[in-house]
Amino acid sequence: MSARLARHGRLIDRRKPLQFTFNGRHLHGYQGDTLASALLANGQTLVGRSFKYHRPRGIVAAGPEEPNALVGLGKGAGFEPNQRATTTELFDGLIAESQNHWPSLEFDLGAVNKAMARFFPAGFYYKTFMFPRAAWEHLFEPIVRGAAGLGRVPQEKDKDTYEYFYHTTDILIVGGGIAGLQAAEIAGKSGLRVLLIEQTPDWGGRAMVDGVQINGIGAADWVEKALARLRAMPNVILRSRMMGAGVYDHGYALGYERLSDHDPKIPGPRHRLWRIRARRIITATGAIERPLSFAGNDIPGVMLAGAVRDYLENYGVSPGELTLVVTNNDNAYLSAIALHEAGLTVPAIIDARPEATGALPQKARALGLRVETGCAIGTVHGGKRVTSVTLCNQAGSGAILDEIPCDAVAMSGGWSPVVHLWSHCGGKLRWDADQAMFRPDPARPPRGANGAGFVIAAGTANGHLAAEAVMEDAAEAAAAAVRALGAKADPAKRATARSMPEMPILPVWSMPANAGPKLRMKTWLDFQNDVKVSDVRLAAQEGYESVEHTKRYTTLGMASDQGKLSNINGLAVLADSLSRDIPQVGTTTFRPPYHPISFGAIAGEARGPLFKPLRKSPIHDWLDANGAHWEPVADWRRPYCLRRSGETVKEAVTREILNTRQNVGLLDASTLGKIIVKGPDAGRFLDMLYTNMMSSLKVGRCRYGLMCNENGFLIDDGVVVRLSDDTFLCHTTSGGSDRIHAWMEEWLQTEWWDWQVYTANVTEQFAQIGIVGPKARSVLEALGGMDVSREALPFMAFQEGQIAGIRARVYRISFSGELSYEIAVPAALGQAFWNKALAAGGDFGMQPYGTEALHVMRAEKGFIMIGDETDGTVIPQDLNLGWAISRKKDDFLGKRAQQRPHMVDPNRKQLVGLLTEDPQVVLPDAAHAVEGPKRANGMENIIGHVTSSYYSPTLGHSIAMALIKGGSRRMGETLRFPVADGVVIRAQVVDPVFLDKEGERQNV
Amino acid sequence: MRRYSAFAIAREAARYHTGWGRAWRNPTPKKSYDIVIIGAGGHGLATAYYLGKNHGLKNVAVVEKGWLGGGNTGRNTTIIRSNYLQDESAAIYEKARSLYESLSQDLNYNVMFSPRGVLMLAQTEHEIRGYKRTEHANRLQGVETRFIGPKEVKRLVPIIEISGPRYPVLGALWQPRGGTARHDAVAWGYARACSDMGIDIIQQCEVTAIRQKNGAVSGIETTKGEISCNKLGLVVAGNSGVLAEMAGFRLPIESVALQALVSEPIKPAINVVVMANTVHGYISQSDKGELVIGGGADGFNNYTQRGSFHHIEETVRALIETFPIISRLKMLRQWGGIVDMTGDRSPIIGRTPLENCFIDCGWGTGGFKAIPGSGWSMAATMARGEPDEFAAAFGMERFIEGRFIDESVAAGVAH
Amino acid sequence: MLSLHCPYCGVDVDETDLTPGGEAHLVRSGSGSDDADFEAYLFMRKNPRGVHFERWRHSFGCGKWFHAARATDTLEVFGTYSAQTKEPPQDVQERIRARRPDWKGFGKGDRI
Repeated sequence: MSARLARHGRLIDRRKPLQFTFNGRHLHGYQGDTLASALLANGQTLVGRSFKYHRPRGIVAAGPEEPNALVGLGKGAGFEPNQRATTTELFDGLIAESQNHWPSLEFDLGAVNKAMARFFPAGFYYKTFMFPRAAWEHLFEPIVRGAAGLGRVPQEKDKDTYEYFYHTTDILIVGGGIAGLQAAEIAGKSGLRVLLIEQTPDWGGRAMVDGVQINGIGAADWVEKALARLRAMPNVILRSRMMGAGVYDHGYALGYERLSDHDPKIPGPRHRLWRIRARRIITATGAIERPLSFAGNDIPGVMLAGAVRDYLENYGVSPGELTLVVTNNDNAYLSAIALHEAGLTVPAIIDARPEATGALPQKARALGLRVETGCAIGTVHGGKRVTSVTLCNQAGSGAILDEIPCDAVAMSGGWSPVVHLWSHCGGKLRWDADQAMFRPDPARPPRGANGAGFVIAAGTANGHLAAEAVMEDAAEAAAAAVRALGAKADPAKRATARSMPEMPILPVWSMPANAGPKLRMKTWLDFQNDVKVSDVRLAAQEGYESVEHTKRYTTLGMASDQGKLSNINGLAVLADSLSRDIPQVGTTTFRPPYHPISFGAIAGEARGPLFKPLRKSPIHDWLDANGAHWEPVADWRRPYCLRRSGETVKEAVTREILNTRQNVGLLDASTLGKIIVKGPDAGRFLDMLYTNMMSSLKVGRCRYGLMCNENGFLIDDGVVVRLSDDTFLCHTTSGGSDRIHAWMEEWLQTEWWDWQVYTANVTEQFAQIGIVGPKARSVLEALGGMDVSREALPFMAFQEGQIAGIRARVYRISFSGELSYEIAVPAALGQAFWNKALAAGGDFGMQPYGTEALHVMRAEKGFIMIGDETDGTVIPQDLNLGWAISRKKDDFLGKRAQQRPHMVDPNRKQLVGLLTEDPQVVLPDAAHAVEGPKRANGMENIIGHVTSSYYSPTLGHSIAMALIKGGSRRMGETLRFPVADGVVIRAQVVDPVFLDKEGERQNV
Repeated sequence: MRRYSAFAIAREAARYHTGWGRAWRNPTPKKSYDIVIIGAGGHGLATAYYLGKNHGLKNVAVVEKGWLGGGNTGRNTTIIRSNYLQDESAAIYEKARSLYESLSQDLNYNVMFSPRGVLMLAQTEHEIRGYKRTEHANRLQGVETRFIGPKEVKRLVPIIEISGPRYPVLGALWQPRGGTARHDAVAWGYARACSDMGIDIIQQCEVTAIRQKNGAVSGIETTKGEISCNKLGLVVAGNSGVLAEMAGFRLPIESVALQALVSEPIKPAINVVVMANTVHGYISQSDKGELVIGGGADGFNNYTQRGSFHHIEETVRALIETFPIISRLKMLRQWGGIVDMTGDRSPIIGRTPLENCFIDCGWGTGGFKAIPGSGWSMAATMARGEPDEFAAAFGMERFIEGRFIDESVAAGVAH
Repeated sequence: MLSLHCPYCGVDVDETDLTPGGEAHLVRSGSGSDDADFEAYLFMRKNPRGVHFERWRHSFGCGKWFHAARATDTLEVFGTYSAQTKEPPQDVQERIRARRPDWKGFGKGDRI
């Protein structure tokens, strides 16, 4: 049984007891515990179930590399699945539950026993579940998918908030162990800006647990002093509980700061994502211990030797009463000695090396510990808990020499530098055969914008395991970073460190060396995903030889620890199976993040109303208060209609149309784009941009214009006004203003940069209000201040002056076919003008109207709408807009494109009007017309589609426009539109102008 | 080839699975083949498979510079759908989708085609119109899709927020027989079946030059020696421009990075594929329980397989708006692939300016779903020497004629 | 996440403040050009695995377009310069040559 000891535990505060629950059981811990240490302190060694076989799983590690101890944390709107117990700080009232079992953790019906597991080797699902065909879809897949996943699905909307933080620094140092602290001191003294981050709440990393002496004092004391010195440096920022999550191109890095996970009562955001831009990044991220591959290494109670030491020294927790140590290196002896000195029993140290003569083994022997060299674990016995291990020769195939009772196993297969951040952005690794590890290759670092390496690995992360070498390397790394940035550093002014000397490791990838298939089927590589040595060998045997193939075929390293424990061991097994060297097999690509980060943090503040901020017209609030039925239009919202109480949307639209046609309507057109184009070459420029001739437009007049892209397709339309000799005002669609302004600038800056033209997007400077309908002139006269008579302000003219005491530009333009004025006033006066217009219009029956009435009225007139009649593949000629294409101009954007063979094909789709046979039937939006028999491939012969379709209240029948192949030659033809459920609607091709073909209504 | 089945597994289990043979052979290249395909991704392997299966052409080699299936085939979000607007696209994608229906049986390799249904959300009036247009087109093209209302969307995806504050869900285009498949298995399954027919798959073999004689292809030079052939197929997403340059012609293609990410595995949360084009994000849940998420592509040329993080941010934001409960889940891994974007974002299949050299490329962000159809069509095109019925519209000449196949018309950005 | 130096503002700018604009130094084929030239102008973009010249706009800054010389295989940036030029400035070309000795030169070897 794991338990809390009376002594030890440098990180816990025994005066501050905490309560928490695990699977409903009330348990106790201390301030400073992690959930993992507190669970072990309570004897809870079984913490979860594996993914594939639902095997019992215990805590293996003490850091983010933990593959097993994943729990559901919290409840309701604060529930979070898959949280690692090892990185969860305990707080009072914490609620945790284990995952992936039914009905309970102790008794899981999903568990696959040893005999059955044989039928589910790597990739078995690729070889079966295929017959009969329907069985996969209806039987097997539902079972597979039902069994998927680990954690429960959150049921409620997240109660917490998140934020971003931008930070620019000269040097980012990731990792607050002694290497990171040493690097920060050297770098800090240079005066450069330094950010030092540490993922845990505590500084100093493993040095204290490993008994390192620095500058002649204990590591803990040195760390305190170093922190004090760093805190006194104004150019150094320290942040704990902040993980270096990813390194990206050009010195970009993500810092994941957990602000209140350790105490949910802290107000404010839960996580903060730092978007860091650093000129140099030092990765002092330490190393992760590797498991050893022996049969039964997945049974709860088998832990990493370093983690055993962590729990003992940091939290005063013993993993068991009888902890056997198994190793291929000296480092694990530290754990044996620590356990022994804490009064616990270490029944044996099993060392795979033929001999162990280093200082640590000697000390262990001197303490009376049993050391078995040249030996291995044959099998671990136990179910939900280790009960004993068998001893065998490492060189053999598992013949039992002895059986040793124990309730915990501390294993060490050596240490692997944490190279993730080095590798994220392309840093390469080299294989260090002496230390049996991949370490950063300084000759092939990730390269930044200027081509120089911008990441420098330091200390253990750079492959240095001894404390003195760590300090030296960290100082050199910092000095290199500082010098690269043109400042001065003196790496000699570093601390010196001392740790127990260690003899070389013996690479051991299989225990015992000649383990047969039976043992290999019980030897785990990936504890969470249940990948065993036998699986990797099978993959190699079947030709999945590349490491990527093996990984994907077996799912090795694809669990939520991303192979932090399993990758190197798996690689070694693969290499051995293929009789290749490890570096020949290579590694898989390390991808961000180093450790999972919350989606909430990635989204930051950009949620709800801030997800995409809304643009509001000056009349927005009034419309909102007066029945606006909103629809999104680009970044704006526009009222589809303004509903009166008791009215349906459809009734409101009909009322608005009829009232505008009969009396007068009021429209908020402020969202229309308004771009000023000014300068001696403004006319020449607009002649290139529009298909029409704009330079010939007279001052005071308006002209409808079309814009195409270089591919010939229509991209925008609107009315151009010549304000003065060298100044034009270009109206664009609501969605088009930013795009078209950028379009203008692109041409002016990158093609015609010698032309003297200036542009300004003034869309939001003006409110633009349409007064539309037969009584529009009367309303304007009532508002007073400007002569708006037919003579003074004819159709397609404009005037500047005062209306109702407000400075205004009045354009006599019409998108409805009615007598119509659009009045632009300063945005700040928009609501005032709107109010005055409403007041003045009351006597004339004026009512505001929305976008749907606008759409119906323009369709009645056969006016096109960008986005309805166009879709990015339509040229003006398709829309019978040839009249708006100047024949006098040599060139304009899109002209050349419109001359290509397919663009002049008479069979292109062309715009036509449609009248349904039954005038009360409205064609569905986007219905397609077909002709003749089906094609050879079984498809109907589609000849076009409806672009706009409405019931016209003005005309009392339905109207539609459509783009039909060769449409202009089909006048009078009846077309078939098969719509849903076998219904076919017939409609006759007609001219698309349905109302007032002569334009008498607008020309009054 | 040993057939795969439950019985075979049971038999092997008795001897600890020591009897399984290689899934595909590892041959030394011959001096000469009738046909060489460059690129052992899904498209290249499928091309080789249908050359053998449909046209009896088995003296074929597929050469691959890395490992088979190591490119975009193994990097995508595995979505399969055919709800395309334009006739030409609907035809080839529906062909592909229908081949996926029985691919596991055809290949005797379970590719786990999962026709769970694909939803494309309409979040603006404009999008509603676009998807209704696709629905109308699909009905006449023989592609089964339906425009459904927000209530039915909510029924299919209970965790969706249909009344979001910014972009409420107004409806969706629903393709019930769209879905996903296991991407690696598609490559592996085709590779195994090719190998079984005698087609040589030569991995770790980089092409260094394309040899020509009298304006026609005569062979290739590779890191494993020279290989001569009568016909050559370039099927190398992400590297098409480089290969085309070797062959001496230009392509209307730019290569950009497209990114994807997965969450940690959770219990079943979402049973269909959901694509939200207005907010730029798409999501499905893998058979392992991970949420598989994709978003927008970078706008600049890039061969690094690393994209910019802001795309990940935008995608995740969009999906939290749409699925608020995912906020407390965590991102496990993000990655990128290099996709070839053509001038109209539709693929190129057909002949090239070099005689007897054919190309299949430019699938952009939508290549995985097309693999069987693309291979089918490319094989027919190569066998006959001229475009088949599917490829006819996708020739390179369309760019000079101004005859585009533009799907952005209705579907927005993502595939 | 690229960072490019805006030659107008004189500052390093995050990619999120920029809009990419594709290949730089295109020569416009307008009225009267032949079909092949026009197709090349619209679609046949350079797509090298290596040195590339491209347009960017400092959209959320000064609004100016500028050009960047960048490697597409490493994302290394050789320099940024005014968009109002027909070819990359000599100093930028020299920097490219210094770092990529095998570079064939502007407009050479990278298009057939």
